[in-house]
Amino acid sequence: MKTLLSGILMVFLAASTWAAEEEVPDVDKIINKANLMAYYQGNDGKARVNMTITSYEKMDEKGNPIGEEKKSVRTRQFIILRSDVKDGGDQNYYVYFHKPADVRRMVFMVHKHADIKQDDDRYLYLPALDLVKRIAAGDKRTSFVGSDFLYEDVSGRSLLEDKHELAETTEKYYIIKNTPMNPDSVEFKYYNVYIDRKNFMPVKMEYYDKNGKFYRRIEALKIETIQNYPTVTLSKVTNVNKKSTTEMEFSEVQYDIELKDIFTERYLRRPPREAVR
Amino acid sequence: MKNRLPVCTLFILLFTLLTGVNGLSAQTEPNTSPPADNHPKAFWHQIDSWAKEFPLEIHGFGEARAGGRFLNDPHEKDMSIMETRLQLDFFAPLEQMSLKYKADIYGDFVTKYVHYDMREGNITVPFETMDLKVGRQILTWGTGDLIFINDLFPKDWVSFFIGRDTEYLKAPSDAAKVSFFHDWANLDLVFTPLFDADRGITGERISYYNPFSGDLAGENAKISADEPDRWFHDYELALRLYRNIYAYECALYGYRGFWKSPGGFDPAGRAFYPDLNVYGGSIRGPLAKGIANLEIGYYQSADDESGKDSAIKNSEMRYLVGYTQELAKDFTGGLQYYVEQIINYDNYVHSLPSAMPASDEFRHLMTLRLTKLLINQNLRLSFFTFYSPSDSDVYARPQINYKINDNLAIESGFNVFFGDYPYTFFGQFHQNSNFYGAVRYSF
Repeated sequence: MKTLLSGILMVFLAASTWAAEEEVPDVDKIINKANLMAYYQGNDGKARVNMTITSYEKMDEKGNPIGEEKKSVRTRQFIILRSDVKDGGDQNYYVYFHKPADVRRMVFMVHKHADIKQDDDRYLYLPALDLVKRIAAGDKRTSFVGSDFLYEDVSGRSLLEDKHELAETTEKYYIIKNTPMNPDSVEFKYYNVYIDRKNFMPVKMEYYDKNGKFYRRIEALKIETIQNYPTVTLSKVTNVNKKSTTEMEFSEVQYDIELKDIFTERYLRRPPREAVR
Repeated sequence: MKNRLPVCTLFILLFTLLTGVNGLSAQTEPNTSPPADNHPKAFWHQIDSWAKEFPLEIHGFGEARAGGRFLNDPHEKDMSIMETRLQLDFFAPLEQMSLKYKADIYGDFVTKYVHYDMREGNITVPFETMDLKVGRQILTWGTGDLIFINDLFPKDWVSFFIGRDTEYLKAPSDAAKVSFFHDWANLDLVFTPLFDADRGITGERISYYNPFSGDLAGENAKISADEPDRWFHDYELALRLYRNIYAYECALYGYRGFWKSPGGFDPAGRAFYPDLNVYGGSIRGPLAKGIANLEIGYYQSADDESGKDSAIKNSEMRYLVGYTQELAKDFTGGLQYYVEQIINYDNYVHSLPSAMPASDEFRHLMTLRLTKLLINQNLRLSFFTFYSPSDSDVYARPQINYKINDNLAIESGFNVFFGDYPYTFFGQFHQNSNFYGAVRYSF
C-alpha cells in the first residue's frame, strides 16, 4: 500500500514537473522579466565597480586568449548610483570616478529615457575646471570609458530596438534571438541572450556580425543574492575583433538605499556622500 | 583604501597648518573622548587616533613641460615654456563637511623662479537646501566652450597661450559661494571680497600690440595696472539663478565688479580696471542630434556709460550660439558663433585719438572644435580654432594626448596665431606662436 501511494505520488510529482516545464511563457514576458532583473532591481542601488580592460596579442575565434602575452592592462574604479523613475522605464545614473588618478572625482550622469524617440541626457563634470558639460547623446554603441562595455550594455538596450524570438529552450535557459529593427544603426546582425529559467537572469549574450560570425560575448561569471535580489557581481565582455576583454567586478552592492534626487547639477558640483565613500 | 593613509601625523599637521582652523575643528569631530591628561604621550596618541579616523585622500601629479616659439620675437625669450611641476591634492570628506587643499609647486626655467600656486583651499558645508563653499576655489558657469560671457571668474590667458594644461585657464578665486536650492529655481551667490583680475597679457612671456607706441611690445614695455585693492570695498559679486525646464538648462546671471583685464587708462597713461556690471542669460539643451547653447550678456561699463571717454572701454553686448554633435563613433564636432558689439559706437569713434586704430563695432568670432578618440580612447586628437572674420585673425590649438598607462600620459600641441593686422586680438600674438610637449605622472 505504502509503495503504491508513494508510486502514485511520484507519478503525480513527475507529471506536475513535466507540466511546469511545458509551460513556457511567451517571449515578451521573458524579455520583460529579464530586463527588470538585469537593470531594475530595487528602487535604487549603489555599487563600487572595479574594471579591468585587458588587450591581448592573440585571441582565437571563440574569444580565448592564445598565450599569456598581454598588450596592455588598464583599470578603472568608480561608484555607480542608480535610481528608477519607473520600473522598466526611465532611470537615472550617477557615476563617480575614483581611479585612475587623472579622472578622479570626475562625474558622469545620465538621465535615461525609455522612449526611444527621446535621447538620453548626459552630463559630465570636470572638477579641476568646475565645469559642467553636456554631452551629445550620440551613438549608444560607443565604448564606455574605453572599455569593451558599451554605453548600451551599462544602462540597457531598449527592448523596442529589436525583434525577439525564443530560439531554444534548454534545461537551464531560454535562448532568445534578437534582431535589430534598424540594422544600419548597429554593428551586429543579431545576438542571442541566455536567460536563466529559474530567475530570469540574463547570464550570457553572444553577438554575431553582419556575416553571421561570432565576435562578441558578455557573460555573468558570478551571481550572488544580495538583499534577496539576484545580482551579477562579476561580468566579462570578450571582443574577438579587438582581442580584448573587460571584467567588471561589483562590490559594496546595496539596494533600496533611499537615494535622494542626487541626479542634478547640485550633486555634480558637490558629490553626495554615497559616491565619495 | 590604499590612498587613505592610516597614520600620517605629518600630513595632518601640514593640512591643519595650511587650512587653518577649519582643519582643527574638523579633526575634533570623529573622536569625542577628550584626552585623559595633558601628558605629551596621550596627546600624540590622540593625534594618532584622529589620523586613523580622518579620511584623507592624497593625490596629484608630477609633470615636465617644455616648448618654444617657432618665430623670432625680439621682445621675448625663444623658450615659451619650460617647467617641472608637482601638484598635490588633499581631500577630506568628513561627516558634516569636506576640506580641500590643492597646490602646485613648479620650477620655471623661463622666469628662473620656483613658484607656489595654491589652486584650492576651501571648506564645503552642505545643508538641507543650501551649500556653502568658502575659501580659494575654481569657479565656472555659463555655456560657452572657451568663450566666456557671464563667467567673470578669473582666467589665466598666459597659461592658456603658452601651452599649459587647460586646467590652468581657470585661475582661482578667494571667495564665498552660497547656493540655494528650491523646486522653482536655484540660486548661486559668489562674493569675492577683493577683486581678482584675470592673469592677462602684460608683456611678460607674451608680447602684445601697444596702442600708444603703435608697435609690438613685450618685456620692454610691461603693462603694470592699478588693481583695485581695498578689501570689501573693491569686491565682486556674481549671481546665477537657474533651473531646468525639461532637458533645457536655463539661467540668468548678474555681476558687479570690474573689467577683468585693464579696460582703461588714467590721465597719466597708467592702466586700470574700470567698474563693470554684467547682466545676462543662457539656455542649453538638446537640439536635433546634438546639444545647442545660446548665451547673451550686457556689459555695462559703469565708468563710461555714454562711451564718450576714450580712455575707458565702452559698454558692450555679447552674443553666443553654439552646437555640438557626435559626428561618428568617438568623434565629436562643435561650432560656436560669437559677437561682441560696442554700444554707443559713434561716441567711441569720435573720442578716439586719431593715431589709434579703431575697433569694429561688431567683432565676429567663430570657433570649431574637433575631438577624435582612438586606441580604446587612450589617444585623443583634438583641434580647437578661433577665427574672426571681422578681425581677420586666427588662433589654432591642435593637440595630441596619449595615455601610456593608468598613470602616465604624454601630450604635445601647438598654439598658432596669425592675422592680417598687428593690432587685432589674436593677430597681435603672431610672434608668440609656439609648440610644446609634456609628460605627466598622475597618482
